[in-house]
Amino acid sequence: MKPETLLYPTPKGLYCEKGGFYIDPVQPVERALITHGHADHARAGHTHVMATRETLDIMRIRYGDAFCISSEAAVLGARTSIGDVTASFHPAGHVLGSAQIAVEAGATRIVVSGDYKRRRDPTCLSFEPVPCDVFITEATFGLPVFHHPDDRGEIAKLLTSLRQFPERAHLVGAYALGKAQRIIALLREAGYDAPIFIHGALTNLCDYYESQGIPLGDIRPATLAPGEKQSFAGAVVIGPPSAFADKWARRFPDPVAIFASGWMLVRQRAKQRGVELPMIISDHCDWPELTETINEIKPGQVWVTHGREEALVRWCELQGISARPLHLVGYDDEGE
Amino acid sequence: MRAFAELLDRLVLTPQRNAKIKLMTDYFRAAPDPDRGYALAAIAGTLTLNVVKPNVLRQLVLERMDEVLFRYSYDYVGDLAETISLVWDPPAGGKTAIADLSLGAVVHQLETTGRANVHGLVRNLLDQLEGSSRFAFLKLITGGLRIGVSARLVKQSLADMGDADITEIETLWHGLSPPYTTLFRWLDGKSDKPELDTPAVFHAVMLATPVGDNDLAGLDPKDFAAEWKWDGIRVQLANVGGTRRLYSRSGDDISGAFPDILEAADFEGILDGELLVGGTMRTNRATRTFSDLQQRLNRKTVTRKMLEEYPAFIRGYDLLFSGRRDIRPDSFLTRRAELAALIEKAEPSRFDLSPLVPFASWEELDRLRADPPDPVIEGIMLKRLDSPYTSGRSKGPWFKWKREPYNVDAVLMYAQRGHGKRSSYYSDFTFGVWTKDDGKDVLVPVGKAYFGFTDAELEVLDRYVRNNTIERFGPVRSIRAEPDHGFVVEVAFEGINFSSRHKSGVAMRFPRISRLRTDKLPQDADRLETLLAMIGPPEEDLAQAREPI
Ligand SMILES: [Zn+2]
Ligand SMILES: [Zn+2]
Repeated sequence: MKPETLLYPTPKGLYCEKGGFYIDPVQPVERALITHGHADHARAGHTHVMATRETLDIMRIRYGDAFCISSEAAVLGARTSIGDVTASFHPAGHVLGSAQIAVEAGATRIVVSGDYKRRRDPTCLSFEPVPCDVFITEATFGLPVFHHPDDRGEIAKLLTSLRQFPERAHLVGAYALGKAQRIIALLREAGYDAPIFIHGALTNLCDYYESQGIPLGDIRPATLAPGEKQSFAGAVVIGPPSAFADKWARRFPDPVAIFASGWMLVRQRAKQRGVELPMIISDHCDWPELTETINEIKPGQVWVTHGREEALVRWCELQGISARPLHLVGYDDEGE
Repeated sequence: MRAFAELLDRLVLTPQRNAKIKLMTDYFRAAPDPDRGYALAAIAGTLTLNVVKPNVLRQLVLERMDEVLFRYSYDYVGDLAETISLVWDPPAGGKTAIADLSLGAVVHQLETTGRANVHGLVRNLLDQLEGSSRFAFLKLITGGLRIGVSARLVKQSLADMGDADITEIETLWHGLSPPYTTLFRWLDGKSDKPELDTPAVFHAVMLATPVGDNDLAGLDPKDFAAEWKWDGIRVQLANVGGTRRLYSRSGDDISGAFPDILEAADFEGILDGELLVGGTMRTNRATRTFSDLQQRLNRKTVTRKMLEEYPAFIRGYDLLFSGRRDIRPDSFLTRRAELAALIEKAEPSRFDLSPLVPFASWEELDRLRADPPDPVIEGIMLKRLDSPYTSGRSKGPWFKWKREPYNVDAVLMYAQRGHGKRSSYYSDFTFGVWTKDDGKDVLVPVGKAYFGFTDAELEVLDRYVRNNTIERFGPVRSIRAEPDHGFVVEVAFEGINFSSRHKSGVAMRFPRISRLRTDKLPQDADRLETLLAMIGPPEEDLAQAREPI
């Protein structure tokens, strides 16, 4: 069958009519298949949700037990019939539990990548390429400027700064799901074994990662005993980026403002946010990873979702690969 | 190159002075020669490389890349050098492990390659450097390195590195050149202080401390001379062994912009004075304002027309060297006598002597200070008669006693978050005063201030901003400001001029929030007319259109 009839964009999200489900819908629907636990992809209020066990757990942690009426855990690689189609989940390498979703009917297979990355991440399974007729890719960093450097060099920048400024608290802004735990795991790999302090918004998710066998070492809440002033000097404190513009940040002595994000590659972005030490660490593909993935999978067609669609579509055209933007709305292409 | 590139990246984003110094000191300690010397030159602005035109770079990148993809990238990043540094892809197969090319090697290759081969060299170097280093390299060859580090700050980091006094560095500075190998060897403790062979070097200037509340009570007026503090810029003029130089008070060589002064300086010696524009007292013509002097500042060269319209002169304060003789250890009175004799013989339209102000008591001097005889006076200087000329700022021998700064009551209009320590506070404020627009009273912004208040006052301001925001544009919040609801502050400033660049038509010098006027309502704040009146009667030249400086 024609791929355009198997899956197509609607205001509620990508819809599969033959299977009667949406993938990562942005409004409440009857049946949803969810790629991963980030809030713009995994929303509360659907009737039936199918996702990996980890993604379901993460949704429960974020939204409570009533996040849906019924749920079904998808086993990676297993094929499930839904209506007249077959769906399967495959690792995406984005955050713990993240998956690509392959949808098949007859001889046609479409892979919805969700968010994904190709480099090693100690906190989740690596992306697995799945052969397909249509590959639906994100394009968060879909511009030739984005060449994310090696993580280890970025972690080394933080360690150097800790040595240079032992009297200052090092406040790392990192998104609560995935990025924060990855930073902690990378610091541990680099041999940093001092306690790491976290904002309250990170506690449940860090505990969950630990329960899934991802060791994060000595993690402590970044709270102060009354009257205490200097206790975070020279310490690493991790919190969601929004917390740093908040009164919460005032408890730290003379902090170094750090932000761990792929956006930090562009100097002006770091400057605008008042970031003193940018760490270029991304949970999305950079430009070479996007283009190499397409070259590796060799799909018949590429459909591009959220991010910078126009450059990636242009690149596909130059390679002779048929490509088009899907213009899906409701996904956050800045939150990284 | 990598260490230098990392240093630049960190300096650009580091707001605190001490942190910047620490970053530079650590770099200078760790980097080898001649890399650190070229890095020093790049930061201090003394590295002169042939500049590569943006067009050449654009051509180079388009040899490898689709034009449409490049345009998308450039539109997003907004800076040509940064865009190219990010999109540059070494040729396929050429991705062998590249050793870190040193800054010294890069500078050497640039200096020894002829114009005709620059194209190929730049391509080659871009292929060999990685991300951040590519950026630093492109900034060096396009002359676009702006990192917000003053020459003084770099020198302070050198002083910290070698445990030396910054005045020693400043004295040496203009006699040395990149890659500063002898300087670093001395700072490393491996050799003696370098000997200078150019004699007309800068000698660190003597600075005054402000008069504090009880400073004068215990002092005898008879021990001090008073003179006016003129509102120009402090300079040092050196003519030694046939070399003439004019330096700013921080030691920047500004000779190029003042050929009129250098030409007239036919006496040998080193003189300390105020650089001003207009006529000297010896020619009986008026000294002109700071805004006229600004026409002559921050230029590399100067046109004949400029020289005629804005003639510069020096009002002498002190003499450091009389001929070749170092008279700094002598008393102020002795030096002043030598200075007077020297100026007596110098060109009358270019040099005059800063007159002493006779006074018998501090009260009398206070009255004179509040009502000086010339609008270009910004206060009074007090100098101990027996003080030698010492570099730097130590409390006691010299005081400055400024006129009360101007002040007005203004209304807060916009606020922006501060930097560094203050990044969680709204600490940068735009304030306005009332004016008539279409028959209605409206607030017009007249300036910005981000200091002057105490930490406790900042808490009050920050809370007010957070609770009274009416709109946000990016990092800026617009604050509620109506005749009967808003926040009034007293703004103190050092001077005020007409300005065609500001909507209000006026520009303040050094405005700061001196008091929170929670006792006042916005309707009680000052009007634009009050500010305009402070500028005084418009002079002919002030009405002329100006170039921005
Ligand atoms: Zn995501
Ligand atoms: Zn996403």
